[in-house]
Amino acid sequence: MTATAVIEDDALWAAVADPTRRRVLDALLDHGEATTTTIAEGLPVTRQAVAKHLAVLDRAGLVDGRRRGREVRYTIRPERLDLAAEAMARVAARWDRRLARIKRLAESVQAAAAIDS
Amino acid sequence: MADDSVEREIVIEASPEIVWAVLTEPQHISRWFSDEADVEGRVGADGTLIWKPGGRGGDKDVDAIVPIRVVHAEPFRRFSFRWNHPEGATPDQDNSALVEFTLTEEPNGTRLRVVESGIEAVTDEQSRAGYLEGHTRGWEKHLGELLDYVAARASGAAR
Repeated sequence: MTATAVIEDDALWAAVADPTRRRVLDALLDHGEATTTTIAEGLPVTRQAVAKHLAVLDRAGLVDGRRRGREVRYTIRPERLDLAAEAMARVAARWDRRLARIKRLAESVQAAAAIDS
Repeated sequence: MADDSVEREIVIEASPEIVWAVLTEPQHISRWFSDEADVEGRVGADGTLIWKPGGRGGDKDVDAIVPIRVVHAEPFRRFSFRWNHPEGATPDQDNSALVEFTLTEEPNGTRLRVVESGIEAVTDEQSRAGYLEGHTRGWEKHLGELLDYVAARASGAAR
């Protein structure tokens, strides 16, 4: 992994860690495409706050902003979200593998105990 | 579910006593978790888990040595430990992750549930190796938020 990729990862995680930003993402998922104003209407935060959160999400590569005249329309970039989801799934998968090994071990010990008795 | 945890569960056709032994005894731990384990199943015990090059940890060049401290040990029912704190440090919620096993007796054996929470530090051998090289720490932070987020995303997609 390159240094640039590490910085990008940190930005991605910092972006997703904030609850308001997750709600901004949720709003974008619901709308498909939305302006700062549209998103702010559904949230208990100001338009300015939403604009700041969108800027953070944009830097993390989670959203894409396209200017149309006076307004910017934002969309989700699903490939970045998928990356994050994969990382989480990996941690869960490691526990699944460990639990499967525990099961195998315990059941072989149990079987051996049954033969002995 | 807590904000930053992963939770998994399995049913094992063995008694809670046997599952307990597999969870807490070093000769077993070294067969499902690390390549080597120096751990005692009593509260407050400090131990180490070691992943060897070419072992379960994968393609590392050097041993990965991970500290572990037993937090709770209620035989045949509950076993928990903190891990991945800096060596020599007292593990707490700010510098380590908490792993909690719960054993429940069932007609055919034992239901084993594991919850890993406080995933601030790295969580296992692979990411530990990455962490030592200054790499993947970011991926292990804020897992819980991501969990919530992915769940929200899935429900969003279903709407």
